[in-house]
Amino acid sequence: MSHYRAMLRVRRFYSLNGNPIHEDRRLGRRYYQYLTIVVGERENNAVVSLGQHILIEGTDDDSPFVAQLLKLFWDVNSNQMKAVVHWFVRMHEIAQNKRKLLGRDPHPQEVFYYQDGSCDCEVNVETILGAVQVKHIPAADPFPDNESEDTLFVKLIWDTKTFRKMPPPVPKSPSPSVPVTRARALPTPDPTVMKRAMAGLHPHSCMSTGKIGTAEAESAHSASKLSAAKILNVKRRSRVSSNPNIRKKLELCSPAKHLTRDDVLDEILDEDKDTQEDLVTKLGSFPIHSVSVSSSRLTPLSTPEKPYTKEGKFSLRPMNKPSETTVDNHDSGRDFIGVHPLEDDLFRLEPGLISKNRTPRRREATPRRVSLRQNACCSCSPLRREEQHEISPGHSVHTDSSKRRSARIKKNQLNNHNDLQSDGEDADDDGSFVPADLDRGSSSDEEEESLMDSEDELIVKRSRRGTGRRTPHSTVKSRASARTPRRMPSKKAAPPTPQTPRHATPSIPNRSQPARKPGNMLEEARARLHVSSVPESLPCREQEFQDIYNFVESKVMDGTGGCMYISGVPGTGKTATVHEVIRSLQQAVEQEELPPFHFIEINGMKMTDPHQAYVQILQKLTNQKATADHAAALLEKRFSTPAPKKETTVLLVDELDLLWTRKQNVMYNLFDWPARKHARLVVLTIANTMDLPERIMINRVASRLGLTRMSFQPYTFKQLQQIITSRLNRVKAFEEDALQLVSRKVAALSGDARRCLDICRRATEICEQHGQQGSTGLVGMSHVMEALDEMFSSSYITAIRCASLQEQLFLRAVIAEFRRLGLEEATFQQVLVQHQALCRVEGLQPVSVSESLAVCQRLGACRLLLLEPSRLDLLLRVRLNVSQDDVLYALKAE
Amino acid sequence: MDFVSQPLPVSVNYMMSKHKSGANCSAAGECVSEVQRILRERFCHQRLPDKPMGLESQYKHLLELLRRTAVHGESNSVLIVGPRGAGKTMLLSCALRELLDLQEVKKNVLLVQLSGLLQTDDRIALREITRQLHLENVVGDRVFGSFAENLVFLLEALKKGDKSSSRPVFFILEEFDLFAHHKNQTLLYNLLDVSQSAQTPVTVVGLTCRLDVLELLEKRVKSRFSHRQIHLLSSLSFCQYRDAFRSKLSLPDDFPDSKFSQDWNVSILKLCEDKSVDEILRKHFNSSTDFRSLHLLLLLAVSRVSVSNPTLRAADILEASRMSNADTKANILHGLSILELCLIIAMKHLNDTYEGEPFNFQMVHNEFKKFIQRKSHSIHNFEQPVVLKAFEHLLQLELIRPVDAGVCKVQREYQLMCLMLDQTQFRPQWRARSGQLMQEKSDEMWQGDENTKGMTLQNSATLSTLACLSLA
Repeated sequence: MSHYRAMLRVRRFYSLNGNPIHEDRRLGRRYYQYLTIVVGERENNAVVSLGQHILIEGTDDDSPFVAQLLKLFWDVNSNQMKAVVHWFVRMHEIAQNKRKLLGRDPHPQEVFYYQDGSCDCEVNVETILGAVQVKHIPAADPFPDNESEDTLFVKLIWDTKTFRKMPPPVPKSPSPSVPVTRARALPTPDPTVMKRAMAGLHPHSCMSTGKIGTAEAESAHSASKLSAAKILNVKRRSRVSSNPNIRKKLELCSPAKHLTRDDVLDEILDEDKDTQEDLVTKLGSFPIHSVSVSSSRLTPLSTPEKPYTKEGKFSLRPMNKPSETTVDNHDSGRDFIGVHPLEDDLFRLEPGLISKNRTPRRREATPRRVSLRQNACCSCSPLRREEQHEISPGHSVHTDSSKRRSARIKKNQLNNHNDLQSDGEDADDDGSFVPADLDRGSSSDEEEESLMDSEDELIVKRSRRGTGRRTPHSTVKSRASARTPRRMPSKKAAPPTPQTPRHATPSIPNRSQPARKPGNMLEEARARLHVSSVPESLPCREQEFQDIYNFVESKVMDGTGGCMYISGVPGTGKTATVHEVIRSLQQAVEQEELPPFHFIEINGMKMTDPHQAYVQILQKLTNQKATADHAAALLEKRFSTPAPKKETTVLLVDELDLLWTRKQNVMYNLFDWPARKHARLVVLTIANTMDLPERIMINRVASRLGLTRMSFQPYTFKQLQQIITSRLNRVKAFEEDALQLVSRKVAALSGDARRCLDICRRATEICEQHGQQGSTGLVGMSHVMEALDEMFSSSYITAIRCASLQEQLFLRAVIAEFRRLGLEEATFQQVLVQHQALCRVEGLQPVSVSESLAVCQRLGACRLLLLEPSRLDLLLRVRLNVSQDDVLYALKAE
Repeated sequence: MDFVSQPLPVSVNYMMSKHKSGANCSAAGECVSEVQRILRERFCHQRLPDKPMGLESQYKHLLELLRRTAVHGESNSVLIVGPRGAGKTMLLSCALRELLDLQEVKKNVLLVQLSGLLQTDDRIALREITRQLHLENVVGDRVFGSFAENLVFLLEALKKGDKSSSRPVFFILEEFDLFAHHKNQTLLYNLLDVSQSAQTPVTVVGLTCRLDVLELLEKRVKSRFSHRQIHLLSSLSFCQYRDAFRSKLSLPDDFPDSKFSQDWNVSILKLCEDKSVDEILRKHFNSSTDFRSLHLLLLLAVSRVSVSNPTLRAADILEASRMSNADTKANILHGLSILELCLIIAMKHLNDTYEGEPFNFQMVHNEFKKFIQRKSHSIHNFEQPVVLKAFEHLLQLELIRPVDAGVCKVQREYQLMCLMLDQTQFRPQWRARSGQLMQEKSDEMWQGDENTKGMTLQNSATLSTLACLSLA
């Protein structure tokens, strides 16, 4: 264990040795045969050659992943060293409910040949830790006792459903008859292993057969191989080429890497379609494929490299030792080359450590799928859905402590590697421990899924230890809750939208000195009363909170979707309540009571065009940029195609009415997606009017919105009072009566909590101003009255009183003319006559037309008069914007 | 100026009278130009007054509000409402000036100034905001994207800030009411939303002259606005107005030539006591109490100050008042030819006869011909095309206007027109004309027409040829 810790800490340098054995110009790859690993300051370089078994850095230092190196290449496009591997799984990587399928206790050093087309076989070279020895043991034979702890044994194939014996190299039938070996030796960076290897402990360990890798890459590089191997190789190659999946995979995962994200996504989405039909073929074909691969491994090819020379002497040695439990009719000629594990305790099964296969991903800068070894039911698309899927159902039974530990480890590692992740998706990938949901069952293999479910449930029921919370009534739930903790830490470690330089948004520069803290009590009260200060809780919305909470919670738990419409006049706490709900739900997720979900918020007012909604949703969901149309298409695909590890998305659409378009496409889609089978989308919509669905939505949209509605009533004065009191939170700044006055006044007018808070804030200011003359220091009635007056009183009357004499005369003339005409409208010329008459009455100089017109226009600018906007001059029509009574009142009071 | 004018009075005493007068002359010239410079700066709003006059409480309120944003990072929104010329911008500028003098604030605030007249839609406004916040520099060479991207970008930037560490931003929106006409009020919603949420502290200051500005805001936007309004409604009395008049004309104590400034200030004091000036001031005060119209008046008066006329006299004020109060249409009538005047009179007559009903060219022409027949000796009988030309010229001057501009199918002669002149606009005109051109005896022309009384068209042979020439 300590070795590996050390190795992880030590910086390692990798280089590909020698000339490229093959170059694929189309993919921009150069294939190599050997990899040199220089560990830290140590002198000795380890060389790994094709076909050898290697250890790949996992989430857990103690048991790195085991794999066989198939190919080594330099990817020109991404400037990275990559390796194609075939994975082995350890017992503890297998879903716990499947472990019993083995029917015996696993040997601590036992690994299983992993047969699953869906996992990513491409890893970054930097994740390779070193070589290990893997020995094939015929299924019937017992495990050798005297082997070193570094050696791993292979007996069976694990194809995510069953353990099988190694199939024969010649695929006559699906039933495996001949064991296939997978073992290689390789140079290790660890001197002890080197020593052991040189000591001849595992004589055949070093026969790395680069063949496989090269052959799989369609290289014709096999001339120097053993003739027997050649034959096998040819056979295998033909088989490989006949296997569409292999080809597909190659094309898929490599070129995609240097494409834009959109392209990748497109491909993925396309791929998704094929998933179902492919799956069958894949599953069928994989045994064959793996057989061929493994058989080809028998051709030892590597001798030339120096570090290998000694090991190269080791010859293939059949290991037909009698196996203890399983019956194996393997060909005795087949053998497994023993591989030295680098660690003593490699075999220790740690129930919590399933995450091995996720590691390589972290080392890579491009989003990719990795090592989905464990489940058969997912497709080969490289999106994170698959990766999420990799946790197949049944993992739920890890003990809490181990879960947490691995989560912690993971988090640390994530932190370390964050800089390597240039892609936002990675962050999600890493943490994507999402329950395999029910959709998947239908997507891939209904029968199998149900089987798994039932098993799962069984296990859940049987082995409920320590976690009494998990009730067996819902498998999904228990599974989900078990997996959540992994998700959460990693989420925290890597924010959902890491900013790539391209997306960098500038921020407002920081101030040179920090803002002053509130000094006295009134300032403190003012800070607390500001609308922006987030209250500890939302009083007076408990019922609404509970309803929304229950709605979202149930949807998240069930992995279904739904819509909710929330209405209420402005300032009644709609958005705040929803945010509060989301906060509490996220807390619940952290406490593992709820599967994780993704919260997205859009606001109709914060976009320039309703169609921008798509862009923003996509951006927040996947950090992709796209045009509105493209984004709509992508989202459509995303929400309508099944994807295994999708987590529920909670979408808050604020100011829904702004998303109205003539065809109502946007609203239609928003409400249609949640109803899709695979969407797992919960849409919460907020708008002001209760009857919005009936008023502006056409039937098909309104019908999709459904009837889950909620309306927020305006606050009553008691509620408003409570809100202020709870915000003030024992800061004594207001007199009781003053508070009541404010809340009653606001409740009578609008019930808008914002208004209420603003008035209180203003009242504190007034109090502060007056306070200098000496008073109680509390905000009293008079202050509140003044604030109310300032905010609510109409300024028209004051404005009229403050107007100049001619303006007042003009207003009077207007009223006089209205009375004369009996209409509420007059032309300027008519008013002018009255105006001049009034001037005469008042003993003033008669006004000229220009002067009078100027007066009229001034009144019009203040909107005391309503004027036509044209330059109609004398024919301008004049109306009053205030009631005649008000004008007369204002003029008389003077 | 300092060095020249100060020693001069001393040296002058020892000099001969000739030199003395010459030196005085040049000194006075410089003084006069200096006076004009100082006063123009005042009147053209190039220099802010030391203290906003008559707006102390509003000033305090605004300053306090801005200070809290700058110092405490408290977001706010406020509207400054007042009639045109009431000093809204001046008040704000004064407050900002004082605020930015504080060391604590100076480096800590960002200012974004927008005007509804310039930023006519949100797209332009967003660009301007980004520019003024210097955010585009941060983006580097990135080509600035679409409107939607801009909005997201800006909101993101504002969202990233927080109360205590980000610099507060003052958004000053002049002609606030025009922003309310932008589509969906997106900009206002977002700015006010930021001001109500825990993001970068902002203060949105809107300036508008519309009293009903809140009704323009959409309900959501309105709810997010804090409803603080600072009303600038002056309640000046005439005495204050007169004091303001005096202080606005008075020269400061640090004027280089103390003697000149003393003389000037004394003359201003005298001016204030002058009866006619008082009358003019009262008339101005009655028509509008804001200082901007007073400034215009004084600017005209000050421009009449010269070396030969080194102090401001009542006559200057009178003349300035006459100029600023002149009726524009009456001025246009001054330049009309006899024929056009005759047509105007005919139209007026028609208007009186038919009580303001619209008329067309044919009607006017018939009326004109009636007049010619009656007084054929006094005016040349113009051909119809000539008359039509004159008619069209009046149309161009917008002294007459088609009733419904939309219908153009009607022949020109029959298009209905209405006269855009009021009774009162004729009177001074006829008086002037009559004195200028003719003597008497036009009474009989149109009996009962008061306005044409002074009009004599007797010796109009020359005039009519002139008219023909000018029309041709």
